[in-house]
Amino acid sequence: MATVTVTIDNRQIEVEQGITILEAAKKIGLKIPTLCHMREINEIGSCRICIVEVQGARTLQAACVTPVYDGMVVRTNTETVRQSRKMLLELILSTHPAECLTCLRNTNCELQTLAKSFGIDEIRFKRVTGKMVKEDSIDRSSPSLVRDPRKCVLCGRCVAVCEKVQGVKAIGSVNRGFDTVVAPPFDLELGDTNCVNCGQCALVCPTGAITEKDDTAEVWAALSDPTKHVVVQTAPAVRVAIAEEFGMEPGTLGTGKMVAALRILGFDKVFDTDFAADLTIMEEGNELLQRLESKQNLPLITSCSPGWIKYVEHFYPELISNLSTCKSPQQMLGALIKTYYAEKENIDPKDIVSVSIMPCTAKKFESARDEMNASGYQDVDYVLTTREFARMCKAAGIDWDNLPEEEFDTPLGISTGAGVIFGTTGGVMEAALRTAYELVTKEELDSLEFTAVRGLEGVKEAEIEMNSVKLKVAVVHSLKNAKIVMDKVKEGTADYAFIEVMACPGGCIGGGGQPIPTDLNVRMKRVAGIYQADEQLPIRKSHENPAIQALYEEYLGEPLSEKSHQLLHTEYVERDLFTNAPAKKEEKTAI
Amino acid sequence: MAGTTCTCNCSVSNLTGEAKIEHLLELYKGNPSALIVVLSAIQTELGYLPKDWMVRVAEELNMPLTDVYGAATFYAAFSMQPKGKYTINLCVGTACYVKGAPEVQAAIEKELGIKPGETTEDRKFSFNLVHCIGACGIAPVMTINGDVCPKVTKDTVAEILSKYE
Amino acid sequence: MNTEVLNIIREQSKKALAARLGEGSQDNFQKHVLVCGGTGCHSSGCQKVYDKMEETLKATGLDESIKLIQTGCMGACQLGPVVMVYPGEYHYCHVGEDDVSEIVEKHLKNDELVERLFYTNNDGELQPTMSEMDFYRRQQKIALRNCGKIDPTSFEEYLAVDGFKALEKVLTSMKPQEVIDVIKASGLRGRGGAGFPTGVKWQFMADNESDEKYVICNGDEGDPGAFMDNAILTGDPFSIIEAMTICGYATGATKGYAYIRLEYPLAIKNFRLALEACRKNGLLGENILDSGFSFDIEVREGAGAFVCGEETALMASIEGKRGEPRPRPPFPAASGLYGKPSNINNVETWANVCPIILNGPEWYANIGVGKSKGTKVFALAGKIVNAGLVEVPMGISLKEVVEEIGGGIADGKAFKAAQTGGPSGGCIPIDYYETSLDYETLAELGSIVGSGGLIITDEDTCMVDLAKFYLTFTQEESCGKCTSCRIGTKRMLEIMDRITKGLGTEEDLALLEELAYIVQQTALCGLGQTAPNPIVSTLQYYRDEYLAHIIDKECPAGVCDIKVKKKAAKKITA
Ligand SMILES: Cc1cc2nc3c(=O)[nH]c(=O)nc-3n(C[C@H](O)[C@H](O)[C@H](O)COP(=O)(O)O)c2cc1C
Ligand code: SF4
Ligand code: SF4
Ligand code: SF4
Ligand code: SF4
Ligand code: SF4
Ligand code: SF4
Ligand code: SF4
Ligand code: SF4
Ligand code: FES
Ligand code: FES
Ligand code: FES
Repeated sequence: MATVTVTIDNRQIEVEQGITILEAAKKIGLKIPTLCHMREINEIGSCRICIVEVQGARTLQAACVTPVYDGMVVRTNTETVRQSRKMLLELILSTHPAECLTCLRNTNCELQTLAKSFGIDEIRFKRVTGKMVKEDSIDRSSPSLVRDPRKCVLCGRCVAVCEKVQGVKAIGSVNRGFDTVVAPPFDLELGDTNCVNCGQCALVCPTGAITEKDDTAEVWAALSDPTKHVVVQTAPAVRVAIAEEFGMEPGTLGTGKMVAALRILGFDKVFDTDFAADLTIMEEGNELLQRLESKQNLPLITSCSPGWIKYVEHFYPELISNLSTCKSPQQMLGALIKTYYAEKENIDPKDIVSVSIMPCTAKKFESARDEMNASGYQDVDYVLTTREFARMCKAAGIDWDNLPEEEFDTPLGISTGAGVIFGTTGGVMEAALRTAYELVTKEELDSLEFTAVRGLEGVKEAEIEMNSVKLKVAVVHSLKNAKIVMDKVKEGTADYAFIEVMACPGGCIGGGGQPIPTDLNVRMKRVAGIYQADEQLPIRKSHENPAIQALYEEYLGEPLSEKSHQLLHTEYVERDLFTNAPAKKEEKTAI
Repeated sequence: MAGTTCTCNCSVSNLTGEAKIEHLLELYKGNPSALIVVLSAIQTELGYLPKDWMVRVAEELNMPLTDVYGAATFYAAFSMQPKGKYTINLCVGTACYVKGAPEVQAAIEKELGIKPGETTEDRKFSFNLVHCIGACGIAPVMTINGDVCPKVTKDTVAEILSKYE
Repeated sequence: MNTEVLNIIREQSKKALAARLGEGSQDNFQKHVLVCGGTGCHSSGCQKVYDKMEETLKATGLDESIKLIQTGCMGACQLGPVVMVYPGEYHYCHVGEDDVSEIVEKHLKNDELVERLFYTNNDGELQPTMSEMDFYRRQQKIALRNCGKIDPTSFEEYLAVDGFKALEKVLTSMKPQEVIDVIKASGLRGRGGAGFPTGVKWQFMADNESDEKYVICNGDEGDPGAFMDNAILTGDPFSIIEAMTICGYATGATKGYAYIRLEYPLAIKNFRLALEACRKNGLLGENILDSGFSFDIEVREGAGAFVCGEETALMASIEGKRGEPRPRPPFPAASGLYGKPSNINNVETWANVCPIILNGPEWYANIGVGKSKGTKVFALAGKIVNAGLVEVPMGISLKEVVEEIGGGIADGKAFKAAQTGGPSGGCIPIDYYETSLDYETLAELGSIVGSGGLIITDEDTCMVDLAKFYLTFTQEESCGKCTSCRIGTKRMLEIMDRITKGLGTEEDLALLEELAYIVQQTALCGLGQTAPNPIVSTLQYYRDEYLAHIIDKECPAGVCDIKVKKKAAKKITA
């Protein structure tokens, strides 16, 4: 690789040709401040916070988008640079409401941090905003997210993620100049659009302009209502991320402390979504075998990611019949809590409040879908993201470091390693293969690790041989990657039998409800945490989960039984390409 | 990605109205780079960009509706509201400005009771400001549906407008 | 079409044009009557004049012996509608419908001149012909060589003025690198604002290998007060097509785009007609003049955004996107339109290419001064007697342009300042009245040549108000992508607004200067980087005018509407 020599703040270094000043500076331990920049995703140089002096250049240059060249001389911290950055911040703040104390991003806001580092102690301009930004323009229409355009700094990160990572582009720049806003098209609110609720935008937003919809108040209310039996479930990916909210390293396994914290908060039962993940494997695995036999609706495509489901409903309605009819684990467990569990414990399901702690904002939307009331009630009443859960802990004064480690309640808290790997891309596939292989071949696997489907590569493929039948499978994460594979399926050029899709990059460990920041490095650490959890568990195959075996014996009968269908399977809605409305066939969309 | 390939110029085609838009959508199907060309045609043919048409454009060119709307709101030539029967474009370019365009603007605003960018209630006049139409030599100028009015003064505004019924 | 056929048509066309070329008529048409059909004359009613002329010639049977032609802008728009009669280059000014029959009766029939319609200068001297008129005498027309002289929609007339000779020369006798070397040696610099050496730019593109490359003509002409690109596109479109084709050959591109501002419908129309004619005659399309080289051009209309004149924004716009600039590098020559190597030049830059090829680089390099070679077209406007388009050798003095070509300040007022370079430029105060107009000198004075807007102001112009005018423009035209320009120009404008209303303070002025510097230094593209220039420049020369607004609550030129009462000096009571 060609290298060049550059001088940054009087230090000479040799770096790879073509990298940016920002990256070069990092190599000598300098973190040039940024706001709009996201490596490989948003390299538009719009905020100008990262400007530096380059010898010979007429103006200051944005470090995040300016490539180095041989002999370049850069100064990152001169009086002009500092003064300019300060002024830029002052300008941004002159359109900003500065409501830190009542903002969900308080103490975890990049704008706030910048303002603090530059010692902004005064804004010399009267606050005037573009004419599209009104004090009452907060958009609460989405079940998953809240948009507050007043706090938007127009960095474009959300737009880039929604477009380039998710291939949705539900939001974008509207108007121009001082009146520019990031918004859905026309006067649509986010909840009326084709937004799939994945929350990736909220994850990358440097400020509080897009946040999860906060449902903690409702959960607090249920917890303090003595007439309610409040049950909680936690998704696989939450346990490897929650500790970050308390200052621990990403990927730190927090399962035991998390269970203890939930008990302290007052939940009557603490169950594990991993149990339902095991159950999903039983149902979906059998569905796959059935489809392979009938050769219909192949490839089978996973359905546990509600962001993905909504994406199909808008963009690939013709592939709906390829989706597994299985509900997501959250919804399976929700349905079982208000039926199986309620019967077992003799509790009237109407008195049960079912809460789930998810890495995911789309699950908020999913739980509210019309189809999700197999028990006769809404199966899951409230969905909290990892971040909301952490806030509840903090409000309750939970001292993470000194929490004991506790176990989930039985039986819906018993799970396997196969269940926990659902939290990462490739996990559902690996879990399914562990079970399918053994069910089909009646032989025990030598090694449980299917490494071909592991890792953060966008599209992964693998081939397994079972009873001399070769099965080709694919694993994709992030919707833009899903699009690549789905286009092939549509064209008929994909010969996969089974495809796992997770909407978020990295799967649920990178979900829209996870701790901020979530970047590539953090994702990798969480993935490692997930596989560590898998290895630590005594049982690592879904079909060997004793609680699942008991469930079938006592209640469901067998996979894909009528009862299973009634409780654990669902159907999907064809939606309009650009709006949330169900598709009106042969009619022009009215907006 | 390749550029749009249309080489025969639209001015040559004798299609007008919706037929012309349909022709373009057909020609540029699946080609987002034709967005501005198509939106300009809609603006010219229909006088504004109706929502339904923008949705059609997004579908036909195979692009996010957000991008269609983003472009539609970026360029000053596009309007979301139907225009009045007559469109007044007053030049406030430098030459016209120093020669009294601001006074003319005030006179038009007073005469019609609307601000730049607005349309009178009776949909008779739409009023816009433009920056130089290349007629600086006879500044200040304004155009009414393309007719150029040279050396307008605040006192001749009413008389000029009265000619448009 | 091959070169032989082309030359046969050219020779025939030359004969038809002989009366106009000063060679004496070689066909039935003894006289040529040219009615200016440029935008300016259009606005002052030239169409009616043309129609009336046509009708009268027909009625009198003169249409057999007198050729009537509608041309592009002749330059003296303030004097329009202009009618010229050849032979003799007689230049009739302010011709009305009612004047037509007199011109026909007297001049066309009987060779008597209609003196009352000729130009009289300030000293009362009658100047009937173009070569006598002060306005034209000191000009040297290269870029504007054909404007106002030929029918811009006629392929044959363009051939007659040596059209496509340069292309023929290039395709038949020059290697691509030789073409680039000629342009380099001529010293031609971009006329779109930045003044970058054109040949060097072509070289960059030629050096980048790619399966596809693009040549782009920047006809967005956003500077409010410049109209030379409009005049050229309307009045001499073939010359742009020819130059772009030459560049395509030199740099290895096969496709061109002409991005023309929507506000120029006549330019778009004429350019499209010219494209059609070229295609029909085999000068665009496959295998041009049997050379094996293929090239074609497509017109793209702008959609009303000044920022789309910026090259990366322009390309985004052609790609169907919002016209937002992007950081450079990569430069268009490496990664431009659709990510392919692209070369973009301004209309006036293109208009200089063919004469350079035909006359040689030395010829061109001998015109002008220092590193500013050749001529520059200025759009002379404002408080000047003869507003219009003037093309002068670089290095001419401002005073000469104003007094001798422009006929001095209108209404007997005094010259105050010239604003050059439009919203990215600055002003030249009377102290520098004799300054040379060239890239380097203007830069030293804190202004720029820019696209060639030359607005003359007089004692009645408030410089603070003028600076605010430009800032209002750039603020409204900001694309909104970067913080510096989106918010910075807005805050600057708020301060300017306060100052012009008499509400400004000295702290405001300090903040304005701080902001101006930081916006210049940190904005993403040229729009933001230069938006503060008019303020910085007027502050440099007219700080006292700012202070008058701020401290004395007074607009010295009486332009700004200041309602604030001056605070009565505090009475000191013992
Ligand atoms: C805000 C902005 C507006 C511009 N507008 C124009 C324009 O209207 N016409 C033009 O030719 N160049 C314009 N330019 C300059 C172009 O970006 C580019 O430099 C030019 O077209 C190159 O051609 P040249 O080298 O022949 O000058 C503009 C630049 C900026 C930053
Ligand atoms: S977005 Fe950041 S700076 Fe703005 S109010 Fe919220 S915490 Fe404060
Ligand atoms: S830090 Fe200051 S402003 Fe913030 S809450 Fe405490 S007292 Fe109030
Ligand atoms: S939630 Fe996902 S789909 Fe919706 S706007 Fe955000 S990134 Fe786009
Ligand atoms: S919503 Fe957030 S991420 Fe999106 S542009 Fe605004 S500040 Fe940036
Ligand atoms: S990948 Fe996981 S976090 Fe993301 S939408 Fe799907 S279920 Fe939610
Ligand atoms: S759009 Fe159609 S009519 Fe217009 S130029 Fe292209 S092919 Fe011709
Ligand atoms: S400047 Fe030229 S083109 Fe424009 S109106 Fe005047 S003469 Fe005509
Ligand atoms: S300087 Fe202005 S026009 Fe240029 S990118 Fe920034 S906001 Fe847009
Ligand atoms: S971080 Fe570099 S411009 Fe925003
Ligand atoms: S400034 Fe008004 S026409 Fe040029
Ligand atoms: S338009 Fe007629 S002289 Fe310019």
